[in-house]
Amino acid sequence: MSAFSDQQLIDFVHAEARMLDEQRFSDWLNLFTEDGRYWMPLTHGQTDPLLEGSLMYEDKLLLQVRIERLSGQRTYSQQPKSRCHHLMGRVEIETGHAWHKPQDGQFVVRTPFHYVEARLDQQILYAGWATHELLALDGSLRIRRKRVDLLNCESALRSIQLFM
Amino acid sequence: MTYRNNPQAVQDLVRPTEVHKDLFVSDEIFALEMEHLFANTWVYVGHASQVPNPGDFYTTTVGDQPVIMVRDADQSVKVLHNRCPHKGVEVANDLYGNTGKFFRCPYHAWTFKLNGDLLALPLKRGYDPEVFSQCEASHGMAAVENVRNYRDFIFCRLNPEGQSFEDFFGQALSTLDNMIDRSPAGRLEVAGSPLRYMHDCNWKMLVDNQSDTCHPMVAHESSAGTAVRIWESEERHTPKPMAVEQFAPFISSYDFYEGMGIRVWENGHGHTGVNNSIHAAYSEIPGYMDAMINTYGEERAKQILSDVRHNTTYFPNIMVKGPIQTLRIFKPLAANKTLVESWTFRLVGAPDKLLERTLMYNRLINAPTSVVGHDDHEVYMRAQQGLHSRGLDWVNVARLYDPTEAHRKNEATNGTTEWQMRNQYQAWARYMTASMKESS
Repeated sequence: MSAFSDQQLIDFVHAEARMLDEQRFSDWLNLFTEDGRYWMPLTHGQTDPLLEGSLMYEDKLLLQVRIERLSGQRTYSQQPKSRCHHLMGRVEIETGHAWHKPQDGQFVVRTPFHYVEARLDQQILYAGWATHELLALDGSLRIRRKRVDLLNCESALRSIQLFM
Repeated sequence: MTYRNNPQAVQDLVRPTEVHKDLFVSDEIFALEMEHLFANTWVYVGHASQVPNPGDFYTTTVGDQPVIMVRDADQSVKVLHNRCPHKGVEVANDLYGNTGKFFRCPYHAWTFKLNGDLLALPLKRGYDPEVFSQCEASHGMAAVENVRNYRDFIFCRLNPEGQSFEDFFGQALSTLDNMIDRSPAGRLEVAGSPLRYMHDCNWKMLVDNQSDTCHPMVAHESSAGTAVRIWESEERHTPKPMAVEQFAPFISSYDFYEGMGIRVWENGHGHTGVNNSIHAAYSEIPGYMDAMINTYGEERAKQILSDVRHNTTYFPNIMVKGPIQTLRIFKPLAANKTLVESWTFRLVGAPDKLLERTLMYNRLINAPTSVVGHDDHEVYMRAQQGLHSRGLDWVNVARLYDPTEAHRKNEATNGTTEWQMRNQYQAWARYMTASMKESS
């Protein structure tokens, strides 16, 4: 099992956010394991993604639908396109998390972020925390689960079309 | 144009096959809707399972009116205007809570019974009893007089006078019945928080959309169409996932939607999906049929589950999907602003997998992060902006118009008709003007 330093974990999280900001969505999707999930809970401290409502709980198929849709000719909500921007705080290694087992190639990191999505004349700022559950596979890191906890997950939100 | 105290001018905005743009863009019309339309109709407030115990409350709005739905000591559900009679402060602020045996205003500690009656106020000797008894405030918080608990669904009519609950809904309650009957225990519970999606458009565009069966194959080609294309592009050896099962029917053909039918009830109510619907072909969930047969017997259980209604519009501002246990409220905030809340219900006594399916549908279709939602919101926003054009004045609802329809009711017809939309706008004109005084 390859060992990953804290710095490599931190670099991974920043590289992932940059892929999103640069809209390299296929590269981004390839970061996920085959059973990977992108989860955006609807309530604070939510533990169950299936029997409680969520904003998003998507497997690779659903993420692929989103990504292909974004560039579709008849995707009117992306004409013109949205852009996004991640500003991230200090990435912390979650050594107390159940998934974090470096000896098994499993790592958990948590990153506070500000995320801005803009389209036409509207620009909206979101704040939250991203928790990455990472897995070492064939010498590189992959996302087994990315959890995005929005500060205002229960608020009335406008369309969020890209990925945090 | 001034519409206030001018019922004729309001009625003239709705023609048999077209409606005036002012329904969507006029601030004055919006204000009159809040005063008249949302006061003369029976508006959905909440579900009794949100306030199971005495003192439990839930705060919401009816039109633009802040209200508290509260469980009284006698177990009845009351609706109070959320306003202290003293200085006007909203007495309850949290979305949910338990207030104990009384409400207490946070400003001067006036207290009120759960039915709104004034209980006590500090330094009462400072009020001359005779003077105070002449004041509005002596009656406490204003309670909504006309509240109806229909099998745990709470509705109210703000105007003291008006149409009865039964006359207002007529046969339309059958959709709520079917959704409730889908529980082997005959009971629903609200499942968690609603998805809350802010829309930059008029609330009636969303109501109009609920029976619009000619848009899914166009507007949702980008979302549902992409899902189907990706799923079918590869030879797969796994069963069709629940998500694809939910997306795929959206891009069914015009033939499918024509055949599924629309039923038009009275007073703006109606539903799509009479013979078939986008919810008809979901996979069976193990254990559910057995539980239903156990409660109802085989014949009745099959009858309940064979009713696959698509969208039921309860005029003015909710939509219910029985087969997938969701309820959407289109909360009007301004002529160009609407909060859409999408609620989910647990069928008490049914396997958890049904709730999982309900929650997935709500996420995929109704969330602010939903690709289907993005498709719809985009066209609503463009309509909200486009309607400011002075190039044309009217919105068209002429599809499959029949001049005799105005005298008919409770009929099922072609699934792509705009009769249900016409039904809504006719009801709109009626409830807008029912209590409007003409200026002399």
